Amino acid sequence: MAFKGALVIDTEKCKGCAVCITGCPQDPKCIGLSKKVNAKGYNYLEMVNEEACIGCASCAVICPDGVIEVYRAKC
Amino acid sequence: MTREDIIKPENLVYKRTPVLTDATMHYCPGCGHGVVHRIIAEVIEEMGIQDNVIGISPVGCSVLAYNYFDVDFVEAAHGRAPACASAIKRLRPETFVFSYQGDGDLASIGCAEVVHACNRGENITMIFINNGIYGMTGGQMAPTTLEGMETVTCPYGRDPKIMGHTMRLTEMLAQLPGTYYVTRQAVYTPAAARKCKKAIRQAFENQKLNKGVSFVEVTSNCNSGWKMTPVQANKWMEENTLKYFPLGDMKVDGKFDPKFIERVGTFDQPNETIFSLRKK
Ligand SMILES: Cc1ncc(C[n+]2csc(CCOP(=O)(O)OP(=O)(O)O)c2C)c(N)n1
Ligand code: SF4
Ligand code: SF4
Ligand code: SF4
Ligand SMILES: [Mg+2]
Repeated sequence: MAFKGALVIDTEKCKGCAVCITGCPQDPKCIGLSKKVNAKGYNYLEMVNEEACIGCASCAVICPDGVIEVYRAKC
Repeated sequence: MTREDIIKPENLVYKRTPVLTDATMHYCPGCGHGVVHRIIAEVIEEMGIQDNVIGISPVGCSVLAYNYFDVDFVEAAHGRAPACASAIKRLRPETFVFSYQGDGDLASIGCAEVVHACNRGENITMIFINNGIYGMTGGQMAPTTLEGMETVTCPYGRDPKIMGHTMRLTEMLAQLPGTYYVTRQAVYTPAAARKCKKAIRQAFENQKLNKGVSFVEVTSNCNSGWKMTPVQANKWMEENTLKYFPLGDMKVDGKFDPKFIERVGTFDQPNETIFSLRKK
């Protein structure tokens, strides 16, 4: 069964640490840091390869700031 | 399938737990303290004990932990969290009580408190964040600092001949009869974080049995103190710290696992491995 995932990222709470990116199993990674910054000055997380996300939540379980919400649908 | 088709309540698989407050944690980007806070809060939510848990925060970077959990909290003097936790649990045995401490707090100034709380077999959960350094005060050497590792108080690297050996306190506590569950976990990869959550859940569940201390060390990072990026710090931890502080259960259901000690070596011989951790 195939799954497709989507993230809702609280970009204002993200600190741009990039730890979540190392946890993403996809190659190329689904997520990356934006060139833009949030109000605190951090390059926040964004989806860069949305198509490949499988909604595994590996990124979310190692985010120290709990800013990633994950959805997964069967397809 | 569009993003809108996927983002529906029935497809939700992961969401920030409401046991964490909305406050933005003051921790540096990528700090393991945040991950462990989140895991503890998720365990409290899943066990449905939010109204019946008291946490004890330490002195160290996690001194403000009480701002981040929507549960009752007490802030202890430096190193004294196990003593506070013991008293609270004895007065309110039906409440889930956990202490949360860094390695400077637990293994250095609070070494006596943790040893005696474990020796008395208090029925509490202890969380120990070992990042090998005093993070809050600017990166001084801790008992857990690795041999050869540079800190501001050992700028040429820790030399065990004059600064003592890297202390594996968790292995020592596992040998006390008062500990019921002792484990070392980490949170630097998704698999490690999921395992750590299981261990912390177990450590809380054990309080229902009234059989002694459940102790979870989490080997963590301090990217500011180590002067690395968060991603570099996690990699460095995997390559260096985990060699001296191997992950796994040391004691389960009150039974000490001798295989664990075989893996780390015995205590009467100092570990032969001298790390060359100089960055240059
Ligand atoms: C009685 C007392 N002595 C010393 C200090 C200074 N101090 C504050 S935090 C700390 C060490 C914290 O290190 P650790 O427990 O490893 O926590 P981390 O910040 O690394 O998470 C020290 C020595 C203090 N606040 N109170
Ligand atoms: S949910 Fe999984 S696949 Fe999607 S971005 Fe996160 S880690 Fe990558
Ligand atoms: S781990 Fe969390 S805080 Fe760090 S970059 Fe990813 S989303 Fe942002
Ligand atoms: S100083 Fe170290 S332990 Fe403290 S918040 Fe920063 S990274 Fe975490
Ligand atoms: Mg520390």
